[in-house]
Amino acid sequence: MTEESYPIAHPSYLVDTGKRKGIKAWLTTCDHKRIALLYLWSIMVFFIIGAILGETMRTELFRPGQQFYGPQTYNAIFTLHGLIMIFLIVIPGLTVVFGNFVMPIMIGANDVAFPRLNLFSWYLYILGAAVVVVSQFAGSGPPDTGWTFYAPYSTQTHTNVIAAVSGAFILGFSSILTGINFIVTIHRLRTPKMTFFKMPLLPWAVYATAWIQVLATPIIGITLLMIIGERVFRIGFFDPALGGDPILYQHLFWIYSHPAVYIMILPAMGVITEIIPTFSQRRIFGYKAIAFSSLAIAGVGYFVWGHHMFTSGMSKEAIWVFSLLTFLVAVPSAIKVFNWVTTMYKGSIDLKPPMLYAMAFIFLFTIGGLTGLVQGALATDIQVHDTSFIVAHFHYIIFGGVGFAFLGGLHYWYPKMFGRLYNIRTANIAWGFLFTGFNLLYFPQFVIGLEGMPRRYFDYLPQFTLSQQISTVGGYLLGIGLIIMIVNLFRKSGEKAPDNPWGGKTLEWQLPSPPPEENFSTPPNVSDFPYDYD
Amino acid sequence: MTTEEKHITSYSLYARVLIILMVLTAITITAPSLNLTAFTILIALVIASTKAGIVLTYFMHLKIENTLLRIMVIMVLGIYGSVIILTFADYIYR
Repeated sequence: MTEESYPIAHPSYLVDTGKRKGIKAWLTTCDHKRIALLYLWSIMVFFIIGAILGETMRTELFRPGQQFYGPQTYNAIFTLHGLIMIFLIVIPGLTVVFGNFVMPIMIGANDVAFPRLNLFSWYLYILGAAVVVVSQFAGSGPPDTGWTFYAPYSTQTHTNVIAAVSGAFILGFSSILTGINFIVTIHRLRTPKMTFFKMPLLPWAVYATAWIQVLATPIIGITLLMIIGERVFRIGFFDPALGGDPILYQHLFWIYSHPAVYIMILPAMGVITEIIPTFSQRRIFGYKAIAFSSLAIAGVGYFVWGHHMFTSGMSKEAIWVFSLLTFLVAVPSAIKVFNWVTTMYKGSIDLKPPMLYAMAFIFLFTIGGLTGLVQGALATDIQVHDTSFIVAHFHYIIFGGVGFAFLGGLHYWYPKMFGRLYNIRTANIAWGFLFTGFNLLYFPQFVIGLEGMPRRYFDYLPQFTLSQQISTVGGYLLGIGLIIMIVNLFRKSGEKAPDNPWGGKTLEWQLPSPPPEENFSTPPNVSDFPYDYD
Repeated sequence: MTTEEKHITSYSLYARVLIILMVLTAITITAPSLNLTAFTILIALVIASTKAGIVLTYFMHLKIENTLLRIMVIMVLGIYGSVIILTFADYIYR
């Protein structure tokens, strides 16, 4: 399927062909590719806001004592930073952007199963985001609970918790609807010759993610409603003074929120699995092992939530069980890492920007994953609980993992999405800033966390000053890298992209760049193996 | 798909299911007044689970759906059951 197959009768999806033009055409589109871009723009806007909030926190922490805002403002800012980054960016992130843009094409479909529901999910996402943002400015002041809304504090604080949890509740609906849409799409719309084991591995990852979205998200929805119920009607769910149990909140919250980590990381792993064979020009090693490990991560990931609660007062029997399960979930994650590295072995490695991001992902995710085991072990968890060690671990997984995979995917599919190339050298420089800045920012947090620096404190002892300053400098380098990357990607002067600039084998590379509105005018040919490089 | 198209569920079956659901609801409402102490919650949960099973089987057509969908529902129930067991591993031993 070459560009010649699509003469003038098949214009790019970026061209308005219907009755509506411009912004109206975009806001009413049911095309999965345009909806992916709607999500991309939204997520980028929120990411810039979240990153600026993060930079202000780093600036506040440059020296001990109060610099330019006090503890209450600091609490509100890290809460908003967490809400934006978690609920508006990394949970939907890769699923809605790359799941929407490339997954249907990869399985030979012309769209998702329910295109209108897909657009409705985006509107719900925007509505939920708007409610979260309004919660910062309306009512009795921005929430100061952190993104976890831990009870009983969240049921007692006078800040505007109800609006914030309502926003998260609406965002949950968006996530569930997207999950249902993707499960049905993968079951029903695969091109006839594409069996499950001929499907590329990103759709496998999206499929596993979608199940978590559908099964786990309702639990957080109910839990957030219980917070509202306790605040408004004084129902004693969580407050001991009302006969409730605060640990019940933590159970309910983490029953969703730990699987939510896999909602974030599984599609990231799927993106990396696409990038590595292309830039190594090698067949993926262990196709079925990677596919099943996605399902295994999704499955086992349901049952490890208790490792967030080792110091909360759970029974010791439960703690042992959760610790064991936590170590088990490391196995399928490690399977993926070994398979990626083995795929690269003796490959013809091309260090283009997507591959640099993919390799950075493996490095950073491995550090994040192994330091997670420090917390999964019962004794060491006592030492590091609620310290900046957790901040470092979490960011190595979420930014070093999900974030770098997102940027890798963006650099990988950017020519397909927009039909233009970016400047490779500038992209490499941006990557250098991001990688260096990231490690300078977060690695010192491991060290001072082990030395006892608590997390979520706006002040600290003088002994932590040097590490905090290194972190802040790293944060600024990270910011510079982001600016270079955004300018490089979204300047308008990039040269026209060929259909397959990286030599990929999956179906999206057989379409023109950018693809036509209707992806395939006839069902595409499917090879026996999606990564047939050798 | 062909099974779904061919299968016609009779009104009388739906009516019988409805009556069973209403009877179970009546038992749920009256059970607390019998003062069965800790068993009250157990009875309520058993009845609620039975009702959910009946709704899934008949009203949501699981009885006539293909094997894949049945496996999906069983998987979901398995996860739900495991989550309850793990949570109670804390509550029972705390």
